[in-house]
Amino acid sequence: MQSNASLEYDYSLAKKFTYLTILFGFLGMLVGTLIAAQMAFPELNYLLGEYGTFSRLRPVHTNTVVFGFTVSGIFATWFYLGQRVLKVSLAESRFLMVLGNIQFWLYLVGVLAATVSLVLGYSTSKEYAQYEWPFDIVIILVWVLWGINMMGLIGIRREKALYISVWYYLACFLGIAMLYLFNNMEIPTYFASGGLGNPMHSVSMYSGTNDALVQWWYGHNAVAFGFTVPIVGMIYYFLPKESGQAIYSYKLSLLSFWGLMFVYLWAGSHHLLWTTVPDWMQTMGSAFSIVLILPSWGSAINMLLTMKGEWNQLTENPLIKFMVLASTFYMLSTIEGPIQAIRSVNAIAHFTDWIPGHVHDGVLGWVVFMMMAAIFHMTPRMFKREIYSRKLMEFQFWLQTIAVVLYFTSMWIAGITQGMMWRAVDEYGNLMYSFIETVVILEPYYMIRTLSGVMYLIGFMMFAYNIYKTVTAGRKLSTEPQFRTPMA
Amino acid sequence: MFHWLEKNPFFFAAAISIVISFAGLIEIVPNFTQAGRPLIDMKPRTVLEIAGKNVYMKDNCMACHSQMIRPFKSETDRYGAYSLSGEYAYDRPFLWGSKRTGPDLHRIGNYRTTDWHEAHMLNPPLIVPGSIMPAYDHQFVNLADIETAYAEAVTVKNVFHTPYGPEVRRGREAWEAYKPTLIEEARKIASDMKDPRVIEAMKKGDVPEVVALIAYMNSLK
Repeated sequence: MQSNASLEYDYSLAKKFTYLTILFGFLGMLVGTLIAAQMAFPELNYLLGEYGTFSRLRPVHTNTVVFGFTVSGIFATWFYLGQRVLKVSLAESRFLMVLGNIQFWLYLVGVLAATVSLVLGYSTSKEYAQYEWPFDIVIILVWVLWGINMMGLIGIRREKALYISVWYYLACFLGIAMLYLFNNMEIPTYFASGGLGNPMHSVSMYSGTNDALVQWWYGHNAVAFGFTVPIVGMIYYFLPKESGQAIYSYKLSLLSFWGLMFVYLWAGSHHLLWTTVPDWMQTMGSAFSIVLILPSWGSAINMLLTMKGEWNQLTENPLIKFMVLASTFYMLSTIEGPIQAIRSVNAIAHFTDWIPGHVHDGVLGWVVFMMMAAIFHMTPRMFKREIYSRKLMEFQFWLQTIAVVLYFTSMWIAGITQGMMWRAVDEYGNLMYSFIETVVILEPYYMIRTLSGVMYLIGFMMFAYNIYKTVTAGRKLSTEPQFRTPMA
Repeated sequence: MFHWLEKNPFFFAAAISIVISFAGLIEIVPNFTQAGRPLIDMKPRTVLEIAGKNVYMKDNCMACHSQMIRPFKSETDRYGAYSLSGEYAYDRPFLWGSKRTGPDLHRIGNYRTTDWHEAHMLNPPLIVPGSIMPAYDHQFVNLADIETAYAEAVTVKNVFHTPYGPEVRRGREAWEAYKPTLIEEARKIASDMKDPRVIEAMKKGDVPEVVALIAYMNSLK
């Protein structure tokens, strides 16, 4: 992993996708904060007429952070670290450069158009797969282009052994390709009915319980292969690079990687506990969710042990702090998920705010923190400039950390409160609360969540500003920093 | 073996593909031979109800409402009999939802009426004090896309053998012939409604979104 001074890497694609990561991150979090506020202050539903209700905007939020922010971040980091761990520059192949640029523009136009279509109400209604069929085709094309690019770069590599990060990016590509393709199998009604109705409309290939199974096999593993696998790939590269420490254990990374690959996909049916899905499938989902703790914690512990003997860096380098916090939240989230997948816990947790609470300690605490750390690490190397402000970074770190804690604690309380109230019975066995009573009581928690959203969003804007100032006004660097990222 | 794999990307990718396919093959595929069966004598939704289901999807009601009554006494007391797999056999896609910001709707047709829905969609907190659901006033203005709903019925009939009668078939002529049946069904719903915009639209032979939505709500039993 030493830097190879003789090789000039081409960062044009990494830079472009970095801009998109920040843009989509901001948009996705802005909409997220708005819909959080709508639950505390329902009048905010009327800002944009029919296009501004919570229900229309929720998929805009989820899809923008998944397909906008996260996927851009995956592309950005791949186009940066892919070259470096394979010891080959993208510029060595004109074909790959052209392909990468087509991928960029197709992706940008596709995601923007798809987002507009969601606002207009075109939706297949399957969570995180709401895009209608024309956009599915665009997404798949973009994905295939990226796949060709990745395979191409691997094909012309100088470093023969694939570094751990490459395993994860490869798995991300293969996993998402499989999941997305199967879950979005749909038939456009216009063509099947002899030209009737809206050409955008389609019906799912699967029905009822089958559809639910395929959907949550997808939904759960979109999280696996979008929010976990590539992010683990990132931390395997950026943490050693930033700290100058070698990965603690190769064997542990082997166990974690192959364990994650095998176990993760089984766990999807824990989203369907107590539904009409056959019992044995529910039990499988539950059991494998518990097993999943092993490979998840394996990676996280490998990261923490990588810092062994070097914990002083935590106080000296805010970037290390971002990454250590990210792996800690990863541990929290991957123990919380299995707990929720236990049948008796799930009976209370399912359908409540505890679930969005769980998603957000993972995503805000783990994914976004890691992604921001990656961008903080890459920017000085891509632009040959020092990070604009360390102070701003420190402040952002604490603001956002407090925001995440407020988010998940308020949603834990809200979720468990509501789950318990739904099932509460009086001494005669009658239900104690009407449904609306279980909603009204949540208002303070919805307000806390709104506050946490605003704080997190402000933190993200500070991050964006810091990167902007780094690119335009950071002190110039004559040589590439070897480990620790320089900052003013 | 692992060191060898790490130097041979093709086999590495192949190994990943095999390892990640396992779960889907074992856990999902078997269900496809079984769970698609409808309850005995169950009829698929009418075209108007499909149009209503599409309004439900367009406004993304499943962001806050589930359609899945779990087998607990606290749920069957609140919502009615627990849900059965066969009840969903014609649902493409499934609309179980994953979050109950509002109550479950799987059997709402048993205990809510057309006029209740009409008043509720216009102003939820007026009917349910404390409700955080917004009004869906635009559903009284927008017209339901009934032609697309018909196209959907034709598609599921031809591709998945959903049991629709001979009146549901490909082409514009068949649709024009079917349309009066649908308008008649919508009139029956609208006759219990008071909103002048709905009455006006129905006079012209149009179907506002809210009429289709209520037809769908009433069919959820």
